[in-house]
Amino acid sequence: KPDNTAFKQQRLPAWQPILTAGTVLPAFFVIGLIFIPIGIGIFVTSNNIREYESNVFMYYGLSNFYQNHRRYVKSRDDSQLNGDNSSLLNPSKECEPYRTNEDKPIAPCGAIANSMFNDTLELYRIDNDTRTPITLIKKGIAWWTDKNVKFRNPTGDGNNLTALFQGTTKPVNWPKPVYMLDSELDNNGFINEDFIVWMRTAALPTFRKLYRLIERKNNLQPTLQAGKYSLEITYNYPVYSFDGRKRMILSTISWMGGKNPFLGIAYITVGSICFFLGVVLLIIHHKYGNRNTSADIPN
Amino acid sequence: MADPIRWARYRWQRLISTEGREVSSSSNSSSKRYQSSKTASKHRIVIPCLGHFKEEYEKVSKLYMNNKIRTTKYTLLNFIPRNLFEQFHRVANLYFLFLVVLNWVPLVEAFQKEITMLPLVVVLTIIAVKDGLEDYSKYKLDKQINNLLTKVYSRKEKKYIDECWKNVSVGDFIRLSRNEIIPADMVLLYSSDLDGICYIETASLDGETNLKQRQVVRGYSEQVSEIDPEKFSSRIECESPNNDLSRFRGFVEHSNKDRVGLSKENLLLRGCTVRNTEAVVGIVVYAGHETKAMLNNSGPHYKRSKLERKVNSDILWCVLLLILMCLTGAVGHGIWLSRYSEIPFFNIPGPDGKLIPPALAGFNMFWTMIILLQVLIPISLYVSIEIVKLGQIYLIQNDIDFYHEKTDSTIQCRSLNIAEDLGQIQYIFSDKTGTLTENKMVFRRCSIAGQEYCHEENAKRLESYQEMDSEDEDSADAQYASLNHMSKRRGHNCRAVNESLKKKSLDQLSGSYPVAGRENSASDVPHAGHVAFSSRIETDVVPDTQLLEKFSQISSHSYQQSEDAVSKLSLETTYIIDFFLALAICNTVVVSVPNQPRQKMRHSSLGRMPIKSLEEIRQMFQRLSVRRLSSSPLPSIKESSSESPNSFVSKLSIFKMKLASPALDGAAQRAAEPHNPDSPENPQLSEELDMVNVAAGSEHHSAGSSVKGSSPLSKLCYEAESPDEAALVHAARAYKCVLQSRTPDQVTVDFTGLGSLTFQLLHILPFDSVRKRMSVVVRHPVSNKVVVYTKGADSVMMDLLGTASEGTKNSEMEQKKIKERTQKHLDDYARRGLRTLCIAKKVMSNEEYTEWLNHHFLAETSIDNREELLLESAIRLETKLTLLGATGIEDRLQDGVPDTIQALRKAGIKIWMLTGDKRETAVNIAYACKLLEPDDKIFTLKSQSRDVCALVMNKILEGIQKNTSAKKTKSQKLGNVSASPTTQAPAFSAGLVIDGKTLEHVLHDSLQNIFLDLTEKCRAVVCCQATPLQKSVLVRLVRNKLKAMTLAIGDGANDVSMIQVADTGVGILGQEGMQAVMASDFAISQFRHLRKLLLVHGHWCYTRLTNMVLYFFYKNVAYVNLLFWYQFFCGFSGTSMTDYWILILFNLLFTSVPPIVYGVLDKDVSAEILMQIPQLYVMSQKSVAYLPSTFWITLLDAFYQSLVCFFVPYFTYYGSDIDIFSFGNPINTAALFIILLHLLIECKSVTWIHAVVIVGSILFYFVFTLAFGATCKTHNPPSNPYWIMERHMTDPVFYLVCLLTTCVALLPRYLLRVLQGTLFPSPVMRAKHLDKLIPEEQREAIKRWKDDCVVNCRMEFQVTSGSSSSATGAVSEEESIASVLPTSKTPLQFCSRGGLVEEVSLSDIQDESGNTNSLSSERTVFLNLSKETNSDSYGSSNCCAKVSQRTSEEGKSAISLAGLNTEQV
Repeated sequence: KPDNTAFKQQRLPAWQPILTAGTVLPAFFVIGLIFIPIGIGIFVTSNNIREYESNVFMYYGLSNFYQNHRRYVKSRDDSQLNGDNSSLLNPSKECEPYRTNEDKPIAPCGAIANSMFNDTLELYRIDNDTRTPITLIKKGIAWWTDKNVKFRNPTGDGNNLTALFQGTTKPVNWPKPVYMLDSELDNNGFINEDFIVWMRTAALPTFRKLYRLIERKNNLQPTLQAGKYSLEITYNYPVYSFDGRKRMILSTISWMGGKNPFLGIAYITVGSICFFLGVVLLIIHHKYGNRNTSADIPN
Repeated sequence: MADPIRWARYRWQRLISTEGREVSSSSNSSSKRYQSSKTASKHRIVIPCLGHFKEEYEKVSKLYMNNKIRTTKYTLLNFIPRNLFEQFHRVANLYFLFLVVLNWVPLVEAFQKEITMLPLVVVLTIIAVKDGLEDYSKYKLDKQINNLLTKVYSRKEKKYIDECWKNVSVGDFIRLSRNEIIPADMVLLYSSDLDGICYIETASLDGETNLKQRQVVRGYSEQVSEIDPEKFSSRIECESPNNDLSRFRGFVEHSNKDRVGLSKENLLLRGCTVRNTEAVVGIVVYAGHETKAMLNNSGPHYKRSKLERKVNSDILWCVLLLILMCLTGAVGHGIWLSRYSEIPFFNIPGPDGKLIPPALAGFNMFWTMIILLQVLIPISLYVSIEIVKLGQIYLIQNDIDFYHEKTDSTIQCRSLNIAEDLGQIQYIFSDKTGTLTENKMVFRRCSIAGQEYCHEENAKRLESYQEMDSEDEDSADAQYASLNHMSKRRGHNCRAVNESLKKKSLDQLSGSYPVAGRENSASDVPHAGHVAFSSRIETDVVPDTQLLEKFSQISSHSYQQSEDAVSKLSLETTYIIDFFLALAICNTVVVSVPNQPRQKMRHSSLGRMPIKSLEEIRQMFQRLSVRRLSSSPLPSIKESSSESPNSFVSKLSIFKMKLASPALDGAAQRAAEPHNPDSPENPQLSEELDMVNVAAGSEHHSAGSSVKGSSPLSKLCYEAESPDEAALVHAARAYKCVLQSRTPDQVTVDFTGLGSLTFQLLHILPFDSVRKRMSVVVRHPVSNKVVVYTKGADSVMMDLLGTASEGTKNSEMEQKKIKERTQKHLDDYARRGLRTLCIAKKVMSNEEYTEWLNHHFLAETSIDNREELLLESAIRLETKLTLLGATGIEDRLQDGVPDTIQALRKAGIKIWMLTGDKRETAVNIAYACKLLEPDDKIFTLKSQSRDVCALVMNKILEGIQKNTSAKKTKSQKLGNVSASPTTQAPAFSAGLVIDGKTLEHVLHDSLQNIFLDLTEKCRAVVCCQATPLQKSVLVRLVRNKLKAMTLAIGDGANDVSMIQVADTGVGILGQEGMQAVMASDFAISQFRHLRKLLLVHGHWCYTRLTNMVLYFFYKNVAYVNLLFWYQFFCGFSGTSMTDYWILILFNLLFTSVPPIVYGVLDKDVSAEILMQIPQLYVMSQKSVAYLPSTFWITLLDAFYQSLVCFFVPYFTYYGSDIDIFSFGNPINTAALFIILLHLLIECKSVTWIHAVVIVGSILFYFVFTLAFGATCKTHNPPSNPYWIMERHMTDPVFYLVCLLTTCVALLPRYLLRVLQGTLFPSPVMRAKHLDKLIPEEQREAIKRWKDDCVVNCRMEFQVTSGSSSSATGAVSEEESIASVLPTSKTPLQFCSRGGLVEEVSLSDIQDESGNTNSLSSERTVFLNLSKETNSDSYGSSNCCAKVSQRTSEEGKSAISLAGLNTEQV
């Protein structure tokens, strides 16, 4: 004889939502009432970003650059970049055809590293015909975890990167080897932040990457005062071949990242739609709702 | 069954055997075919494995298989390759294998090579483990069976030694003791039983618990001592191994070339158990896999549900979609590449440093895309469907409503994969006997020599039983019970009797079943009662007073023994005696005494009686039984002394009769007193008998023993093959004509009036469906003549009657009169829904008998066309019979059958009744169970030829058309659009009755369509006198031609073929063994359970699975499209923005459990409402939940949701510095929320299980991604989701994106559901509202619903199926029908020419005899009665009064009924 339990007899207490205009009305109004303020909040925040009052972030932007191409994305050796010595000298096959050059392993191997952005940007403030260079900080632009965990220089005796990278060769397109990217030891080799930033491949063909930070000096003045500025670009990076464009972006960021009005507008729109639907449903409910809740069967 | 697995193994055997039976018995032509295909060379020769045959033995028998069995599919070595081979027979698995292989091609590789293998490996492993476990259990069982011990004769040791089963080989001698299992098929050579009989129990083979007799090969049975294998010098030749359990043909050839025929009676089958026989010896003829049991052991059949077929077709659409998407990718990639004149440096050249041309790259990309988007074809769908079905089956099996107390049984689901088909049934084909009825055959009335005995007391007894029954069921049928009470009080003035009976039956019921003392066997079989067909209701028959009085005359007259008294013995009395002898003898009932299991009742004390006045006695009996039947000369007295001991005994018994009779005189008179609820074993009676016996003082030992029988007698158990037989034997017993023992060559009947008679049993010609009768040939103990007793269906029996050649004119006349009157009674019985049988006899002279015997012997010994010859031989014997009388056996309707049928019909299911019974019986049962309604118009098809048949059907169709068109104009006048005739269910109700002969014409190709047209117009079809084959042909016809979902329900072997043919086969755990159950997909114990099974579980299973499947499609399409949209932004390069581990696990883990829970537990409407509003069934029946449009809407929604899910993050992060996998993370997370919440929207009921699973899935996702993000630095190139999730969790934008995406994505579906619920609520929706109401309101609402929802529902579905109608239109139509029908007095009138059917409206029929009124009035009475009590006093005077009253009423209302067809030949 079967057990007479709620589960086996399918008598479990259940919440049986009946979706009718009457029952869901509040939900729509609530969504509307929540979304619209959120949207306004986001919109305002996003629009306020242009005031260069806090730290200013300097980006370079590339368009039509498919950093997300499948084979491009794969063309790297993470263990090499993590400082694994065997991978340093024997990079992954994924790096082909940028794995070796003249029988020497390339460090860092792969297409991503090979195509690293190498223009230099310098920003000057023109003040009465005098050009004062603006201090561009090149550290702190990469993810902390990347810089300190994921990317590691090869280990060995001493800190001499030249020695540590012994036996490898530079990527084909690079003018100089990886251990000469920067003069500072903690920003050189694989842990060079420009390199790390580049290696985090962009999701979309039009993207920006953080280039430098401009720190706010004091609380009295904005970081970048109104005035004339000049940007000097050392042009190394060809984009003509893929019909690309380069950009330089200066921006502050808020709690919700860079300036993008989309999210705010979307929230406001969706909130309004919900509110509107709520009203429509209210009308429907008044016109048709009764016959169902009272379970009257129309003849 | 002690061993369920073994049980399952044999479950197919029986069903094949019945097919075989059909072939051999149903038609001559098929057996001829068989014969021609079989050549003599294929015979098997079995030679004993002993010294003097050694060489020949080596040559022949060694070639045969030994007894070792292996049922496993795999061995340890071949498991992996073979299992993989089996699994890759599935197309889906092949597809995924293809993907795996594809991923190893470097040019197109999309993921890491190993990762695509994961889903496939998981699925393969799960199934391999399952298969492995199954096979292992088989292996263990095989091993166990192979190592069972048995006694095999060893040549070396010259004795029987223990040997394992597996070492037994053909030609071995095996000795078995009681209760041992037979290890191989063997021919029985010796039995310790004196008669050379061995009883076997075949429960493990076919589930039948009654014992079967097997006989020692002729010629060996005479041996007193045990057979010595060393001296066995014969060869056995028999047919090659085959799977026909009911047939065995061969012969034993002795060394002197004498041949003795072998039949299945000589064969002991492997797997059966020896019972009641101390020891048997046999020689093995088939061993191991060649035994009949094993050959029957074919694999399980696989039914595929309709839904599954639909799913498969939709998967093809998905494949198409996939190809389309991949083509888009390929073309897009080609175009994207060709845009660049130079090599852009993000495009990596091939290994040779050259760039691949765009066209080739595009081609490669096609395959990459297939790998990337593979999830579109849901591999997990198949696994999920399997799991969901298991869950659904589990819940069905645990439904307490299917539990039947009396049989302690619940539903059995034998087929695991068609539960959802239960929700789509359009046609039900039901057997009658045992399915709609209880198959408790109760002797109701009889007619002997043209005189009817209506057994009123018996009817009252039954009534009281029924009351007990309905009180017993504490089901909701309180109304029913109260009706019973009312009718009882109103109807009868003998309440006292009722009360006492009630008390008695209460006691009996509380004592449940009579406990039969069968130690081993009874416990083996779970469902069948302990002793077949022996519930109290069947065994206790209260004799008819009138008849009993006549019985008493028999005894007294015979006591007087004077000349004039003998002359007084009327013809009628001889008829009565013969009638009851026939009832007691003409059967295959096995008699046993429960306390001493299966010990045969025997009279061992022979020869102690003085043989005096033997002639006298015989003379007396002669006159008594034979005189006026046939005026054959008296047998010479001289012959008698040279008879065998058997006949000698019988002569003695006549003497006993003489002694016993004075006592009876008084006793019988007492019994004849009115209202005496005398059970056949009245203790008082027997006491008195004993007393008289003692007083008689003579050598009364044997007499005492026979009469004392009344106390052991009361415990006699009859085990019959069919309940009818049991009913008849019990009826005979009620008249003190007690079947006492039965051995293969003698039957002993204790005829209280005459004493104990022992008949020498010469032949039994068993029942078959061609002859429709059975006969026994006995030598009468007194007359010493050969007498044939035959019982059978009246349709065949009436044609076989004829007077003996020497018959006088007078007796011929009398015979004719009896025949006429009996026929009238038979018709009357049939109209009352009783099962009728004719009883006849024939006296043969010795010459006739010898002549026949010679022929018969030839037939018996022939191997090849034995069946045919036996049939011919039987037909030759059964001629010129003398009609003795007829019996009417009632088979009561099961509880709740009318309600169930009404509910099922409201659910839009058409119900056909297919039965082998007579037309009148069938029609009446149809009325009683509300299959036909009183105001239905009934068309009867009964034609001799095909052309006539076609004509009639056309006429009927025309008539219907006219009717409907008339109505249509009427409804159009009302200004409504009428429904198109094709979709409109026949609003006016008609029933079709067709019989077996006509069915044959109708099933011909040329008439099939018109027949189906006709049946579609009728709401019920009753097919009577249908053979099993016709039943299955009908089911197949409807299934194939109308493309309808069919369900066949039955309980007996004759329903097996129909059950197998139907989409869903339902077996009833009934009284007739397990064959139907074993062939079925679902086995229930009561017909009424069908209601919940279909209306509730069918609806649920279908809705659940449908919703789950649709959800799966949605889920996969929605998720895969996210990847697809990304291709537009990565140059169609096949990049995935989600880490592939998460990608794979998303389907495998994060979103797999909720849909399964949804598929198992979702409940759109509560069971109560579904039961009360059967109309809701139409929803699942018409696949409303899974229309083609639903599929496409689902896909559309999936596209929309994926678009939202992709583009909201896209625009949010557009132009930012976000990297690929950080971009994928919010998309993926939002997708998870969307997919899970979508499920919540679709869920009709959310229990804590749903909640736990959904919340658990979300938590699991976050835990996994967080853990993955925290640990995976470099081990998972290129994505390395290191710290991505962690960063996002601290980023408010992530939350905002997810929230917005989820809301926007789900908004349309939510809104759609809301609007649907508000503006166009489906019936299910409305029913759901009812759930929320308080009970009283609910009741009110349901009532209202019942009144008008039929119309609404019908209308709605017409709308969905494309035709338009309006509710009011339908209403008016129905009304108009109601008004049209009764007014047309003679709706259809066909001229009756050349066997045409004449449709006569009832008012035209006036039966000339007052007793049997016109059919429909009878019917109404029957209906009324059945409403009240189901069984009432028929034929009594007050009943007659009722009938005439009804007649006048009926005449006015003029409902046509074609029950009476006047055939003009």
